Amino acid sequence: MNIIKALFQSTIGKKYVMAVTGLLLFGYVILHLLGNLQIYMGPNAINGYGALLHSRPALLWLARVILLAIFLTHVGTAIALTLENWAARPIAYTIGPSPYTTYASRTMFISGVILFCYIVYHVLHLTVGVVQPGIMDFKDQLGRPSIYRMLVAAFSNPWIALSYMVAMGFLYFHLSHGISSFFQSLGLKNRAYSGLILGFALGAALVIFLGFLSIPLTVLTGLVK
Amino acid sequence: MNLKLRIWRQKNADTPGHFVEHDAPNVTPDMSFLELLDTVNEELTLQGKEPIAFDSDCREGICGMCSLVINGIPHGHIKGTTVCQLHLRHFQDGQTITVEPWRARPFPVIKDLIVDRGAFDRIIQAGGYISVSTGQAIEGNALPIPKDTAELAMDAAACIGCGACVAVCKNASAALFVAAKVSHLALLPQGQRERERRVWHMVKAMDAAGFGSCSNTSACEAVCPKSISVEFIGRMNREYMKSLIKAQFKNT
Ligand code: HEM
Ligand code: FES
Repeated sequence: MNIIKALFQSTIGKKYVMAVTGLLLFGYVILHLLGNLQIYMGPNAINGYGALLHSRPALLWLARVILLAIFLTHVGTAIALTLENWAARPIAYTIGPSPYTTYASRTMFISGVILFCYIVYHVLHLTVGVVQPGIMDFKDQLGRPSIYRMLVAAFSNPWIALSYMVAMGFLYFHLSHGISSFFQSLGLKNRAYSGLILGFALGAALVIFLGFLSIPLTVLTGLVK
Repeated sequence: MNLKLRIWRQKNADTPGHFVEHDAPNVTPDMSFLELLDTVNEELTLQGKEPIAFDSDCREGICGMCSLVINGIPHGHIKGTTVCQLHLRHFQDGQTITVEPWRARPFPVIKDLIVDRGAFDRIIQAGGYISVSTGQAIEGNALPIPKDTAELAMDAAACIGCGACVAVCKNASAALFVAAKVSHLALLPQGQRERERRVWHMVKAMDAAGFGSCSNTSACEAVCPKSISVEFIGRMNREYMKSLIKAQFKNT
């Protein structure tokens, strides 16, 4: 317990927490993307994947609880750090924000809050099923819930498709800084590797962005129907 | 050349400050920014007004006393310089220049553009030193240090403690300052004895003073008059982790 207390008591410790939970969320996002991309393998693949996830409810709930704990730790620590950061500069400068910085790095809290709202909405929409009632009730020939038809029905609505695409823009923002920041926060970055890490961060964020973006986009343009 | 100055005037820490416009006619491009303020102050004194209070000492870029935020950038827009080394040739004739003090809760304004940087001293007191037995200095060659290591330690030791890193940071974080001191001493053999205790106590003092955390925006490196790399912040994070883990296995 001593180490947990020590972690949350110092700014650097809290940044370790941000970095580790951020990395775990990043890992989850990649798995989630790989799962979702099965939509391009046809209804059978993605519906089967959905059925697989639901085949062991205990495991599914365990995963959900762990994920939620990681997520809430990330958000809670982010709020604590951000409040401290605001308190450290009671009087703002009259001219502009810190120069020589990227927009993404300065707005991690804003992109984070937007992601938080998006995630709540996304869970209500496609896990709980209250945003568009009925889209969770589709079944395929094997009687499995049809994830495929659910996604097509969801993203055929241009506003919903748009909201998802905008949210993925913010995810790109958050990750474009977050991934390289993770290495630095844990002390895993040095001069020799900093270029490589930056490239990896931007590349990974872009791949995730384009991957997720493609799903509403292909549904909206009728490529997936 | 003629310049217009918007300068932060504040009587003391308890009185709210505000901007006052001052004209600086007939200044020359080869003057330094501090000489510009000297000129304005001479005029103010002749008029019987209160001169502008600002910090300076060496005026050759090595002491770290001068500390002005010029048009939103600590030490001005020229990279790798202190404000005493910033010359008016980098400004345009007729330009309006806004001058503010370092703004951070741990750096309260003493007067006008002077802030109290005692928080940095408290961080140094917490561990930014080495313990040496008194007596003769040892023979230099008796303590071999690889050249690369010496160079790296020197890069960190170049920190003059001016506080521009805190001033520019959106979180008013002192990470670069503390990282420079921690790295400089952790890299050299003389710093080994207190290595783990040092990073632990310096970070504790940094947090206690009320500095924000590091969001890795790297603004500090860009304004540092000695261009100290944020690489050292990574090194401090590594040192801190080692200290944290080792502390778990000690029964003290
Ligand atoms: C899909 C969800 C998310 C992922 C994958 C993610 C990932 C990351 C990563 C990798 C970092 C870098 C850690 C570091 O600075 O060392 C980070 C930082 C951060 N995250 Fe998230 N995050 C997510 C959601 C959120 C949410 C919902 C918030 C809500 C407030 C948030 C707020 C922040 C903040 C403020 C930082 C920066 C901390 C700092 O500047 O010191 N994140 N995130
Ligand atoms: S006055 Fe000494 S560094 Fe500027």
